[in-house]
Amino acid sequence: MLTLEGLDVWRGPSQVLRGIDLQVRAGEIVALLGTNGAGKTSTLLTISGQLRPRAGRSTLEIDGRRHDLAKLDPAAIVGLGVAHCPEGRQVFGGMTVLENLRLGAYLRDAAGVPADLEAMFGLFPILAERRSGLAGQLSGGEQMMLAIARALMSRPRLLLLDEPSLGLAPQLVEQIFTTIEEIRANGTTVLLVEQNAALALELADRAYVLESGAVHLEGQASSLAADPRVREAYLGLGPTAVEAVL
Amino acid sequence: MSGGYVLQQLINGMILGSLYAMIAVGFSMIYGIVRLINFAHGDILMVGAFTALALLTVLGLPLWSVILSVLTLCAILAMAIDLVAFRPQRSAPQVNGFITSLGVAILMQNLGVLLLTGQPRPFNLPPWVKGNLDVLGARMTVLDLMIVILTVVVMAGLVLFVRRSRLGMAMRATAENPLAASLMGIRVNRAIATAFALGGALAGLAGMLWAGRAGQIDPLMGFLPGLKAFVAAVIGGVGSLPGAVLGGFVLGFAEVLFVGLLPPLYGAYRDAFVFGLLILILLVMPNGLLGRSQEERA
Amino acid sequence: MSVERHHLAWALLALAAVAITAYGEAYLSGYGRTVLGFAGIYAILAVSLSFSNGLTGLFSLGHPAFMMVGGYIAAILTFPVSRKGFMLPDLPAWLATAELSLLPATLAGGLTAALVAVVVGFPVLRLRGHYLAVATLGLIIVLRVVVNNADGLTRGALGLNGIPRLTNLWWILLWLAITLLVCWRLKHSSVGRSLMAIRENEMAAACMGVARARSKLVAFALGAFFAGVAGALWAHLLTNLTPNSFDLALAFMLVVMVVIGGSGSLTGAIIAAVAIMLLREFLRPLEQTMNAYGLVQIIIAVLLIGTLLLRPQGFFGSAEPRWLRLGKTVREPEGSAAADPRHRRATAPADN
Ligand SMILES: Nc1ncnc2c1ncn2[C@@H]1O[C@H](COP(=O)(O)OP(=O)(O)OP(=O)(O)O)[C@@H](O)[C@H]1O
Ligand SMILES: [Mg+2]
Repeated sequence: MLTLEGLDVWRGPSQVLRGIDLQVRAGEIVALLGTNGAGKTSTLLTISGQLRPRAGRSTLEIDGRRHDLAKLDPAAIVGLGVAHCPEGRQVFGGMTVLENLRLGAYLRDAAGVPADLEAMFGLFPILAERRSGLAGQLSGGEQMMLAIARALMSRPRLLLLDEPSLGLAPQLVEQIFTTIEEIRANGTTVLLVEQNAALALELADRAYVLESGAVHLEGQASSLAADPRVREAYLGLGPTAVEAVL
Repeated sequence: MSGGYVLQQLINGMILGSLYAMIAVGFSMIYGIVRLINFAHGDILMVGAFTALALLTVLGLPLWSVILSVLTLCAILAMAIDLVAFRPQRSAPQVNGFITSLGVAILMQNLGVLLLTGQPRPFNLPPWVKGNLDVLGARMTVLDLMIVILTVVVMAGLVLFVRRSRLGMAMRATAENPLAASLMGIRVNRAIATAFALGGALAGLAGMLWAGRAGQIDPLMGFLPGLKAFVAAVIGGVGSLPGAVLGGFVLGFAEVLFVGLLPPLYGAYRDAFVFGLLILILLVMPNGLLGRSQEERA
Repeated sequence: MSVERHHLAWALLALAAVAITAYGEAYLSGYGRTVLGFAGIYAILAVSLSFSNGLTGLFSLGHPAFMMVGGYIAAILTFPVSRKGFMLPDLPAWLATAELSLLPATLAGGLTAALVAVVVGFPVLRLRGHYLAVATLGLIIVLRVVVNNADGLTRGALGLNGIPRLTNLWWILLWLAITLLVCWRLKHSSVGRSLMAIRENEMAAACMGVARARSKLVAFALGAFFAGVAGALWAHLLTNLTPNSFDLALAFMLVVMVVIGGSGSLTGAIIAAVAIMLLREFLRPLEQTMNAYGLVQIIIAVLLIGTLLLRPQGFFGSAEPRWLRLGKTVREPEGSAAADPRHRRATAPADN
């Protein structure tokens, strides 16, 4: 569904992505891991059209048609069915929860919106309770749910999630990850950026590890979880028992 | 000091306040969405006034079509200024934006002087607009009544537009958080252009009405009202639309009462009073009457 | 480059300035000396404005207001006692009988301007960016209204004429040297450097707290002092003052000089001041013969907007040319240029 080939991206005077190759197939959950400053957020921003690549291609294939994302503006990319739930939640703090959700459906015609609102309230009951409260007055976890729900309101085919677990209590992280699984079950493909590598590798089908703006490792989530380099650097674990014996 | 005199002063304050509100609202809206203090906002008044003069005297158009043309032309002008001067600098520090706007203001004023000379010209609306009305013994012209009614109608329309319409929602979202707005599929530059267009249209209309009351216009006529609209916006809380309206009326009343109720000797100090008031407000309540803290951006 | 070479560069520049001044005093016509004098006064203004804007990180438009204060105070002090009685009847006795020479009058003018700056700056400097710009613009208007209406003290709209022509090019050169020296030293002092480094970062600023607020106020008041001095020199060069002598157009002209020179760059400010001043003097006759009033301002406004669009850091960034840096005190902190958001769109800062 999404193919990045040889992507070079610059921010100001510095190059932040160096020849990124990455693929996301329809129906997958793909995790994007890496240390702080590795370029995960920049990758997502490039996909959603906020950053422009200097070289390389970023192609979206939807219903058998290919779209060159580097040539489209951010609104058109949203229109194709790519929703980006940004790092740090970024809800509209001075607007109500309901208004935030409606803005998520900004590009859709109004017909299906009420039904989808109800669906979101089913997924996150707390949002229903707070629907006419200001988003800025929600707790961090509630804002995260609002941010995810807002992204889902566009009925995305591909959901880009940037660190949904950031700053949340473990049970809530658990709950959010369960929700991501549900989202995939409903037919949305997910590209997930995470610091919590252990959980992400458990949830994802495949994963990429970025380092200094380049793809360092890639593979099936399960085999990456067993890779000693990943275990040491990202999972904070020693080598597996078998390797220790060898 | 009779009751009639006080009533007359109150009416005058309301008229002046309406004009300030109409200018300040656009000013505040532009600040709210791009954090730009737009010094050139006032000079759109001048363009509105000269456009009206040309359409009325040269083409002899009826008043309603003159109003529509002024609104349209000034909206387009404001959007063009945004496109050429401000949009390329969106990611630059805020201070660059307002220095640019100062440059645009000087440019517009001096283009006016170059093309139209600095001499004031008489500006006359059709005679019926100048007719007198009697309100409980106080006097106001049809034009004055028009100013007040237009302000109320326009402000109500604006509030409805910003709160209810799709584009209005997009403008509010952009003001809150441009990145998130863009991720929702909002075309941020279009939302900003809309704010400039609305602000420009209102400033142009205010310019025409202002000129109608003053009876003469010149290329520098817009600068002082523009600055005073900034004061009004600060009083109300910069970035807040209801605040701008409230601030406009507060300033209008304060200014008229200052001149009207104090001995005539002080009348000449009117402009000094307005800016003294600005410094006082900044000292005691920098967020204005209705503003949120201006130190943070959502 | 060695420290001696830097000293040599400074010595040569100083010598050149002295030579120009001596030549101007000896050979130039009255008009020529006035133009040269104005170039110097503009340089004082641009340097002090660039200094205070650069260090406060805020943009003041208030120099004309401070010039008005300095100019009127100094002119009243030097005005012949014999004419004060009927021209300025409302002066208190101690002023009506005073007739000072230029230096004390200039100092008094500068100090009063600094005092006004403290009163206005105290509330406004704590706020962000644009408030200072509008408040100082308001100050120009307030002072103009006051001067216009205080007939007995200032002759109101008639203006003061017949001020003794006490300013000569030597005085201007002396004050330019003092301005440059003081601003240069402070800019490169440890306080100055820390203010420059964090001027756009209000979070860091908040951590610095009160000390920073006070340094900002001092920088602002010092800028106003030199503006007051420049106003005094101006009054005694031109020999007349009106409430409209120091107007918005002047504020704008100074902004252009500072922006084109590079906000915070003192050498940039001098070069830009002299260049724009000369440009204006050359174009002015053209404006008159073509009957195209406004043309000069239009050209300058376009220059300003063009600079901001194409080279927003100005032509000298916030630093000084390398060949004028003395010893270790004048090294720019290496990180400052990159951290300065003004450089965000720059490919390579001009100063290194
Ligand atoms: N606005 C910006 N301007 C310039 N460079 C930036 C900007 N934002 C980030 N960078 C740089 O881009 C590089 C990649 O940043 P990015 O945000 O993509 O990393 P990340 O992998 O998402 O890190 P984190 O886990 O901390 O979120 C970093 O070196 C960072 O310094
Ligand atoms: Mg990130």
